[in-house]
Amino acid sequence: MTGLGENLPRNAGAIWHRILPVWVGLMALLAGTAAGAYLPLGRFNLVLSLAIAVAKATLVVLFFMQLRRPNPLLRLAASAALVFMAFLFTLTFADVLTRAAPTQPGTVTPQVTAPQQATGQRAF
Amino acid sequence: MSGITAERAVPDRPSRADSYLTVETGLASWLLTTDHKRIALLYMAAITVFFFVGGAGAVAMRIELFTPQADLLSADAYNRAFTFHGVIMVWFFLIPSIPVILGNFLLPLMIGARDLAFPRLNLISWYIFIAAGALAAYTLLAGGVDTGWTFYTPLSTAFANGHVLAAATAVFVAGFSTIASAVNFIVTTHLLRAPGLTWFRLPLFVWALYATSVVMVLATPVLAMVLLLIFAERAFGIPIFDPLRGGDPVLFQHLFWFYSHPAVYIMILPSFGVISELVTCYARRRVFGYSFMVYAILWISLVGFLVWGHHMFVSGQSVFASLAFSLLSFVVAVPSAIKVFNWTATLYRGQIVFDAPMIYALGFIGLFTIGGLTGLFLASVPVDVHVTDTYFVVAHFHYIMVGGAVSAFYGGLTFWWPKMTGRLYPEGWARFAAVMMFFGFGFTFFPMFIMGFLGMPRRYHVYPEEFQVWHVLASAGAVILAAAYLLPMGYFAWSLVWGRRASANPWDATGLEWQTSSPPPRENFLVSPAVDRGPYDYHPAHTGPPSMEREPHRPQGGQA
Amino acid sequence: MSGAAAREATLQKPWRSLRREREAVSFGTWVFVASEAMFFAGPLLAYAAYRSLWPEAFAAAGRETDIVYGTVNTALLLTSSLTMAAAAEGARARLRRLTLTCLAATAALGLAFLVVKGFEYREDIHKHLIPGAGFRLDMPPAQLFFAFYWLLTGVHALHLSIGIGITVTLLIQAWHGSRPLPSPAFEGAGLYWHFVDLVWIFLYPLLYLMGRS
Repeated sequence: MTGLGENLPRNAGAIWHRILPVWVGLMALLAGTAAGAYLPLGRFNLVLSLAIAVAKATLVVLFFMQLRRPNPLLRLAASAALVFMAFLFTLTFADVLTRAAPTQPGTVTPQVTAPQQATGQRAF
Repeated sequence: MSGITAERAVPDRPSRADSYLTVETGLASWLLTTDHKRIALLYMAAITVFFFVGGAGAVAMRIELFTPQADLLSADAYNRAFTFHGVIMVWFFLIPSIPVILGNFLLPLMIGARDLAFPRLNLISWYIFIAAGALAAYTLLAGGVDTGWTFYTPLSTAFANGHVLAAATAVFVAGFSTIASAVNFIVTTHLLRAPGLTWFRLPLFVWALYATSVVMVLATPVLAMVLLLIFAERAFGIPIFDPLRGGDPVLFQHLFWFYSHPAVYIMILPSFGVISELVTCYARRRVFGYSFMVYAILWISLVGFLVWGHHMFVSGQSVFASLAFSLLSFVVAVPSAIKVFNWTATLYRGQIVFDAPMIYALGFIGLFTIGGLTGLFLASVPVDVHVTDTYFVVAHFHYIMVGGAVSAFYGGLTFWWPKMTGRLYPEGWARFAAVMMFFGFGFTFFPMFIMGFLGMPRRYHVYPEEFQVWHVLASAGAVILAAAYLLPMGYFAWSLVWGRRASANPWDATGLEWQTSSPPPRENFLVSPAVDRGPYDYHPAHTGPPSMEREPHRPQGGQA
Repeated sequence: MSGAAAREATLQKPWRSLRREREAVSFGTWVFVASEAMFFAGPLLAYAAYRSLWPEAFAAAGRETDIVYGTVNTALLLTSSLTMAAAAEGARARLRRLTLTCLAATAALGLAFLVVKGFEYREDIHKHLIPGAGFRLDMPPAQLFFAFYWLLTGVHALHLSIGIGITVTLLIQAWHGSRPLPSPAFEGAGLYWHFVDLVWIFLYPLLYLMGRS
């Protein structure tokens, strides 16, 4: 496959041949993650389900969203989003996980209904 | 970059059938145009209106603050005035101004393209901006908002009286317009550069626009989402930040400032680009350390995302996080300093001409330096705790945004006015306005540093008598500043009819935008340009700036 | 429609080659997708922060979602991505029948997703899973989970509806021949569609697979 993929398959059979296996893989992963949710793994349930989600996302990104093509521009855009999301998560959790106990939201006893009603109008 | 391969005479003025201003006539030809130059003018019209509206809020506040008592505005009205001033000035003036007016007009010209990558998207983004503006106007007419431009929870979700939902929707919609423009700029810069115009031959203004667009694309959606969360909580009572149901209001501040701190760089990065163009042209000098200028821009746009927590030192954020954010904030100051030093070094032994754009640029460098250095005070946790929510903070960010971004906007507008309209402005008046803006700004905002450090809190309209002298000074300065903002509108309008015709390159500047007629033809260039040299080619790289009298110079910096 | 004439008709204003324009549309859509990803990063961050604070309440609330609806919908969306990919490649290879069929299938699968989602919402409402007074669970932070459930699925459904709108528009245009198949719009629409699918791939484990074991 070159640059912008001008040599892509030219007939329907070839197209299906390329992408149907991806779909089969996606479905297998879906079955795996749904079944895996019922395994008693404790915290690792989350790890497992997110790992499978990442695997599915990778399949979609590489084969459906054409990131497999050697086009640096597309990879640039995709990686930018990942890097900046990492910034957002890392630094926010740097606060959330290290906060002094009295400023954690959990120290106010949560109530089922808010006792204080809004003072003003709530719509436009 | 005067390097069009085939040297040829560029007509100073296009024929009426060529000029983008007259190629088509009638209202529809403007409202349905896909020409980036016309869309820039559409934006200019809209943004000028918002500048007046936002300015009106400032005027109301400064009048109120003449005396320590409440005379003109009630407490509630004052809250609405400063909120509206903030919302309009941030989202409807500062963030769009330089990118969508100057950037829209100049980006394709500077890179030798016929238009932006997606011309129709460009027009759509203007209409989205107008829709957002209409919502903002509705908010104002319906009575305004009193949360401050930051929309902090739980004030905005549970207690505020004003039209928070309408204001949030307006800002939300404006975000789409920003993102659409930014996507357009990024794709244009990547894919429409003229042959030979490599990345390190781009003018710094293009680099600045590119970095700004990247920040816009990655930060604005977070603001959109956080406003949506506010909307859901206030309109439908869905708990998200409500501490009574386990929510965390500080989380709102994290998400908000994840956008709003990079938004500061959205406002100031384009100014850096403009100033680089002005300083080099009026000092007749290659920019000192071009590649470092580029790296500084990219560094700012990257590290600018890592410092948002310095707005939250007193919010209940953990001490650990505060220290991390404090350290990173010092790191992001480095590239800004690099830029200031490089501009100064560019001036060194340059042939400086004190034309109006240069006066704006020099004013920018001074004011931005003060604003940047006081930013370092605020980045240090102990000082920040002392001056949080005082006029010190107000003064600091006005030095960056008004002293910096607005000066650069006026400077850039003055510089490129002949290119945009084909007319020269009256130089004497322009110099007068530029000098007046500098002094008016100083009188308005320097007293705020002093009273802030003495403890005058922001967002109060009643204050102890001891602060009155500083407030009167600031209000008096604001009168001068307002005059300095209005004056250019007068002589620019005058020049449209009576101004002298501009030649293609009235300032003898480099850059592709000066290699076409003033105003440019619809297709920007009659012959597609090609580039064979770097930017700011004001003198050969190994000799000094052009001067008959002087001794030859040693080559400077990385340009050697 | 093929050959030079079609290329000519497809080429938009500032571009000089179709190849370049196609690259621009892909890249522009990708940049927009990056932007959208940050849009969804906001609530996902809030979700993660709250989940780390209130693990029990979130697990209890997670059990209340309907895993059958969720799984069926995931399968529908993944399949729609398959047909969308086929449509985009079909358009590029100028296979008119394949393109039209697959666009129609994509839109239909998207609609099916929304219908299933509608049934699921109806059941959720019956089970009093809307945050506020009369909420089904006792633990207040469980309401936080459902705040994000409604918000994320709602915003996702909105994105999907926009995707369906785009797909149907392209289908009609391609049917009438007003949009020639080499147009880069098919690929751009495909990228957007796959992104909406990607979002769901992550929402599925976070909203449906919690507290099952």
